[in-house]
Amino acid sequence: MLRLENVEVYYGVIRALKGITLKVEKGEIVSLIGANGAGKTTTLRTISGLLTPKSGKIYYNDQDITYVPPYKRVGMGIAHSPEGREIFTTLTVYENLVLGSYLRNDREGIEKDINWIFSLFPRLKERLSKPAGTLSGGEQQMLAIGRALMAKPQLLMLDEPSLGLAPILVEELFEVIEDINKQGTTILLVEQNANMALSISQRAYVLETGSVKMEGDAKELQENEDVKKAYLGA
Amino acid sequence: MKRFLGVLFGISILFLVIFFIDKRFNSYYREIFSIIGINIILVTSLNISNGFTGLFSLGHAGFMAVGAYTSALLDLPLDKKAMLLPNLPYWLGHISLPFLLSVIMAGFMAAFFAVLVGYPVLRLKGHYLSVATLGFMVIVRVVINNTPNLTRGAIGINNIPNYTNIWWVYFWVVITVYALWRIINSSYGRAFLAIREDHIAASLSGVNLTKYKILSFAIGAFFAGVAGALWAHQITAITPRAFSFVTTFNIVVMLVIGGMGSISGSIVSAFLLTLLPELMRPLEEGMVLFGYQLPQLYGLTQLIMATLLILVMIFRPKGLMGDRELSLKGILGQKSS
Repeated sequence: MLRLENVEVYYGVIRALKGITLKVEKGEIVSLIGANGAGKTTTLRTISGLLTPKSGKIYYNDQDITYVPPYKRVGMGIAHSPEGREIFTTLTVYENLVLGSYLRNDREGIEKDINWIFSLFPRLKERLSKPAGTLSGGEQQMLAIGRALMAKPQLLMLDEPSLGLAPILVEELFEVIEDINKQGTTILLVEQNANMALSISQRAYVLETGSVKMEGDAKELQENEDVKKAYLGA
Repeated sequence: MKRFLGVLFGISILFLVIFFIDKRFNSYYREIFSIIGINIILVTSLNISNGFTGLFSLGHAGFMAVGAYTSALLDLPLDKKAMLLPNLPYWLGHISLPFLLSVIMAGFMAAFFAVLVGYPVLRLKGHYLSVATLGFMVIVRVVINNTPNLTRGAIGINNIPNYTNIWWVYFWVVITVYALWRIINSSYGRAFLAIREDHIAASLSGVNLTKYKILSFAIGAFFAGVAGALWAHQITAITPRAFSFVTTFNIVVMLVIGGMGSISGSIVSAFLLTLLPELMRPLEEGMVLFGYQLPQLYGLTQLIMATLLILVMIFRPKGLMGDRELSLKGILGQKSS
């Protein structure tokens, strides 16, 4: 479904991605794990088009999208819930969700999906007409994911969904992510909480300073001694 | 239906007020009310880019200049044109459009320039964008100063027919406010707000940033051009000096005082900040108060206005209205849901 071939991205003169090659198949949950500065967020931002690679190619459903602008990628079915929950803080929860469906015209489908998101995150329904800035951190994270889902994506990219959440909420959130996946959305997940991420993923890539260091079955990586030592804290 | 009746009701009230002003007031006050209307158009249109889309432009006087010169060149009577501007290209020297048409053309010309300038400039953000738009305004002035065949350079164009009257002005005020209102409450308006709030999130929601930024800039410029054209036919003489930093900053101050992101705030503030200095003018010339002759105090108006501005900024830093709108419900003290 998604393929990156030798993607190199620069911030000015600094080479942030040193030739990333990875792929995501339809229906999978794939995790990117790695330390701070490994290039996980940069990879997601490149896939959603916020950054343009200097070399390398990105294919989505066998179509070259390397130079397609971000808003068109949303229309093609790639949604990105960015790091730090970039929600519209002065707009209400409802308006945030509606903006997520900006490119869609099916009024009924939009209403249906809003209700679906409320069934995933019942808290959001209680806060429906509150400005998003007044939500708690966890609720803002739910809203960011909900907004990304409103685009009706085939591929959902989540950047650090567990950041700053209480452990109990993290577990809840990951259950919802699995749920979203079971209902047919492919997921590319970036997480600091590597253990949690690996436990719900089929496959994973381990990034280190801008390149892929290891890849493979999530369960096997979870058992791998190097990975355990470096990222799982065992 | 209810809303339609409301709009109709508002327009009829406005019609009666203008009718009253037109019949009862002398030409001095009629002109003040025209200028108020022109300022309302300028401030509300600047609100689209600066307030709603978050692109803080300082180039509004530049678009005004484009509109003023465009309309003057298009509707000067042929004999005056031959006398003032003998070196015009043949086609331009031999047309004289009706006022309405020349004002509309002025708007389109300003919008065209906005697209031209916007494409490179709107990549910038924050202060960089403000400075770049200020640069555009300077460029417009320099170009006008140095194309004497088209604009008579620094001498300016005088003898522009005094077509503008209070009816024309408020006709355009109604169109401007209604158009902006509809735009703000459409999917375009949502895209503008999304860009202002967070351009990354907007982009990830599928908003085409370049398109909507340029669109908001161009819509604002269109009405600035219209206002410039109306202004030219009110004052009847235009020079490049008239469209300066001072003009831009007056509009920006009205916008900030009214509240960025509030159309009704812009209207209230344009009204007050245009009318108050005029009302205070007798103070400057010295007047007799309780039998005591006050001295002449030139500059007093500016002092009072400046103090008022500082007070507003201290006590209402987001402007008189913030980003809320006046509504009957609010006035009657009901909580809107």
